[in-house]
Amino acid sequence: MLDLVNIFVKGIFIENMIFAYFLGMCSYLAVSKTVRTGVGLGMAVIFVLGVTVPVNYLLENYVLKEGALTWLSDDFATMDLSFLGFILFIAVIAAIVQLVEMIVEKFSPALYGALGIFLPLIAVNCSILGGALFMQERQYANIAEATSFALGSGVGWFLAIVAIAAIREKIRYSNVPAPLKGLGITFIITGLMGMAFMSFMGIEI
Amino acid sequence: MGTEEITEQPVVAEQVTEPKEPLFSKKNKRLLSDPMDDENPITVQVLGICSALAITVQVEQAIVMSLSVIAVLAFGNVIISLLRNTIPNRIRIIVQLVVVAALVILVDQVLRAFAYDVSKKLSVFVGLIITNCIIMGRLEAFALANRPWPALLDGLGNGASYGVILIIVAVARELFGSGELLGFQVVPQVIYDLGYANNNLMILPPMALIVVGLIIWVQRSRNPKLIED
Repeated sequence: MLDLVNIFVKGIFIENMIFAYFLGMCSYLAVSKTVRTGVGLGMAVIFVLGVTVPVNYLLENYVLKEGALTWLSDDFATMDLSFLGFILFIAVIAAIVQLVEMIVEKFSPALYGALGIFLPLIAVNCSILGGALFMQERQYANIAEATSFALGSGVGWFLAIVAIAAIREKIRYSNVPAPLKGLGITFIITGLMGMAFMSFMGIEI
Repeated sequence: MGTEEITEQPVVAEQVTEPKEPLFSKKNKRLLSDPMDDENPITVQVLGICSALAITVQVEQAIVMSLSVIAVLAFGNVIISLLRNTIPNRIRIIVQLVVVAALVILVDQVLRAFAYDVSKKLSVFVGLIITNCIIMGRLEAFALANRPWPALLDGLGNGASYGVILIIVAVARELFGSGELLGFQVVPQVIYDLGYANNNLMILPPMALIVVGLIIWVQRSRNPKLIED
């Protein structure tokens, strides 16, 4: 259990998707003009990461990895399909995003209203595919670990986008040099926030 | 419902990027040169930032990454442009993703075969070329509406300008961070003896963001029409 908490906390602070790996920067920069939209997109990312990473974990361990197909027949013991990883992961992500969107629309119109516009954007958000690829690279022991990694990364991403959105709302009233306005200053602030987040390095529970 | 919203998304990019030039050859040249400054994918359109920052610790990685992106972008643009009249509108995102993913698998296998060390260092970021926003952005905004030849030029132009920024950032980070370029010692020992020290902060992730921020500052001071209000 402590392992899971540890992976979760690590995902939020130490291996933060934005500050340590710059994943999902495009939507992070584009959608962080106000806190409200930032919260919407952040929630959608947590949600989609939490769904797609476990599915991709199953795919990786029961279809793609070398010897993963032995549950079908022993003949497949030497089969290694991992080169197909990229195409299957992205297909799974695109399909799940579409499905999730339809399900949310049907059962929870309020949530759909909040996340609606952001869900389609998420299929091409680097952090989602990045989550799947990190899951593959780090070889988590079981699906619970993979899920807690996914949720941790999602929450870390959420924190990052909400924080930058709040700062950007305030910074509108400051006197920033004209060429730095907008994009430039956002980059620099993100860098400074990244430095602050680096102080979490080495935390373990 | 969802697909309609997807269709609306790229329209914004289209307005910005479509050059309206009557002359064919001149227009084609602009396809190559525009992305370098006015339409730069990284500093102006803010696309493809994710990978641009993560792999700029060393110049070598940045060069390999830029070449991979140029290859995927140029071929992806040509393929989508050839298929543009046969792809049904509703499923075009999936088609684009599949084409790009297939190209990225090729690039990944080539890198593993011929540049294994670099491929190991790039780790997940080769795979992340699939979701590199520059690629989807150009496919949506340009390849779907243009013939293969302009699409190829557009792919090369955008890929190259992405590479230029990547390499500038990587040069700055490697030079100040470890005193090397492409793995060779550039800063002479004499300077270290005088008390100069490598700035280890440059190697850490946050400095990539700050370097890009500074590049944007310089570019916008020289080209005031890009300034946001």
